[in-house]
Amino acid sequence: MKLIEVNQVGKQYGDNVVLEKLNFTVSAGEFCTMVGTSGCGKTTFLRMLLGEEQPSHGAILMDGKPLPAEPGPDRGVVFQRYSVLPHLTVLGNVMLGPELKTGGIFARAFGARRALIRREAESLLDAVGLSHALNRYPAELSGGMQQRLAIAQALIMKPRILLLDEPFGALDPGIRADMHELVLRLWRETGVTVFMVTHDLKEGFSLGTRLMVFDKIRRDAQAPNAYGATITYDLQLKHADKALQKNIASEVAQTSQLLAGAIL
Amino acid sequence: MRLINLRPSRPLAVALGFIPFIILLLLYISNSNARLAENPNDKLLPGLTTMVDAVQRLAFTEDTRTGEYLLWMDTASSLERLLIGLAVSAGLALLVGILLGTLPMFRALAGPVVAAISMVPPMAILPILFIVFGLGELSKVVLIVIGTAPVMIRDMAQRVLDMPREQFIKLQTLGGNSWHLMLRVVLPQLLPRLLAALRLSLGAAWLFLIAAEAIASTDGLGYRIFLVRRYLAMDVILPYVIWITVLAYFMDLGLRLLSRRMFPWFHRQQEGEA
Repeated sequence: MKLIEVNQVGKQYGDNVVLEKLNFTVSAGEFCTMVGTSGCGKTTFLRMLLGEEQPSHGAILMDGKPLPAEPGPDRGVVFQRYSVLPHLTVLGNVMLGPELKTGGIFARAFGARRALIRREAESLLDAVGLSHALNRYPAELSGGMQQRLAIAQALIMKPRILLLDEPFGALDPGIRADMHELVLRLWRETGVTVFMVTHDLKEGFSLGTRLMVFDKIRRDAQAPNAYGATITYDLQLKHADKALQKNIASEVAQTSQLLAGAIL
Repeated sequence: MRLINLRPSRPLAVALGFIPFIILLLLYISNSNARLAENPNDKLLPGLTTMVDAVQRLAFTEDTRTGEYLLWMDTASSLERLLIGLAVSAGLALLVGILLGTLPMFRALAGPVVAAISMVPPMAILPILFIVFGLGELSKVVLIVIGTAPVMIRDMAQRVLDMPREQFIKLQTLGGNSWHLMLRVVLPQLLPRLLAALRLSLGAAWLFLIAAEAIASTDGLGYRIFLVRRYLAMDVILPYVIWITVLAYFMDLGLRLLSRRMFPWFHRQQEGEA
C-alpha cells in the first residue's frame, strides 16, 4: 500500500531552484533517512510533507489524495530545537495534544478524562525514559531529554507519519547512539512511517530501511542555484555497502564545496 | 587585581548601595541648615523637622475643612486612576497584541494604524480628552491608557512574532486550531512578558497621571503637589515626591516577585540563556 506518492515535485524561490523532478513512492511502515549537504533541499522537502510549504510544481499525495496545505495531526514532527513548549512541564507537553482534542473550548481536560490522558502520557514518557522528570520544565532538561520529550509529544497523537528534522544534530555523540536505539525501538513498536533528515551520512546508513540522497546532478559553478537538487540515490539499505557509502560521501562533498563558495 | 575582576561580597554590596543615599541626605541637611541659619523663614530647603510636621499634618491629622486625611485620600484617588489605567492597557495589550502577532490578516489590517496611533504624543491630545470626556476621572484614566497601551500592544505583538515558528507548527501537528494556539501556546507565554512590559510602563503611567492631575483635578498626589507649589511649600512637595517614588518602587518590586512566583519556567529559561 502506497502511503506517500511524490509526482514531479519541484520547489523554487524566485531564481533559486531548490528541488526538481522528485518522483518516488513510500509505503506505510518504511523508515526513510534523507541525507545531503546543507542547501540541498532535504529540509525543504520535509516542510512540504509537513504542509508548511507547498511544492512549486507537481504534487504530493497521501493515500492518493493531495496533502493538505497546512500541518495536521496525521503528521507528527520533531525539530532540531524548539519542539517542546517551555511553559508546560514534561507531563503537560505530552498531555497537550489529547487535551486539545477532547478538552472543549478551553482545551483542558478535567476529572476522569484527565486521569485517562495522564495515564497514557505517563506510559509513553516511561517508554522514552522520562518517567523520573514528569514535573520538570524543558529548560531544566538536557538536550537529549528535550528530544525524548518531543518524540513522546508527537507519538501520543498516533500520527501516521513522523517527520524528524535533524533531531539529533545538536546532541553529543554518546547520547546520539542512545537516541538511535530509542527511535528504532519506537518505530518498530508503533509501525509509524518515519522520514528523517540528517546531514550525517553514517547516521543515514545505520538508521532506517531506506536511504535517499539529495544532491545536485548538474553543478554549474557560475550559477550554483540554477539547477535544483534531486534524489541521486534511493537505496533499500540491506544492499548498501561501504564502498558506495564512500562514493556518495565524496559526491556530496563536491556539492557542499560548490555551495559553500556560492553562498551569498 | 584588575578592577573588572573585583567583586563586592553581599554585605559590602548592600553597604555600597546605601552610600549615595546617605551622601544625598547629608548634602541636603547641610545645605538646608546653612540656608536656615541665614534666614529662619527660608522655604526652599526646609529642615527635616518641618517636613515631619507637614507629614504629620497631612497624613495623621484630619483636614479641618473636609475631615479627611489628605495624604491617604490623595494616594487612594491617584492609585485608583493609575491601576484602572494600567489594567485597561494590559488587557488591550494582551488582546490586540495576540491578534496582531498570530493572525497575518489582522496584522495587515491593524498593524499600520496601531503603529501610527503609537506615534501620537499623548500630552498633545490631553485637551481633546478633557473636551470629549470632561474633567472627571475618565479623561485621566484615558490619558494613562493612551500613553501606555500602544507601546505595550506593539511589544506584545513583537513578542509573539519572536516565538519560534516551530511552536506554531508543532501545535498544528497536535491537532490544534488558531484558537488553541492563542489560548494554550501564545497567551501563557505572553503573561510573564506582559508583567515585564507593565514594569517598564510604570514610569510613563505615573508621568501621565501626575500631568492630568496637575491640570484638572480636585484630589490626588499630583494635584496636591501642584496646589501647594503656589505657596512654595517644599515641606509638602518633597515628602510627596518621596512617597510617589516609594509607591512606584514597590509596585515594580511587587510585579517582579509576582512574575517569579507565577512563572518559574520563564525565569529559569532566561537564566539558562544568560
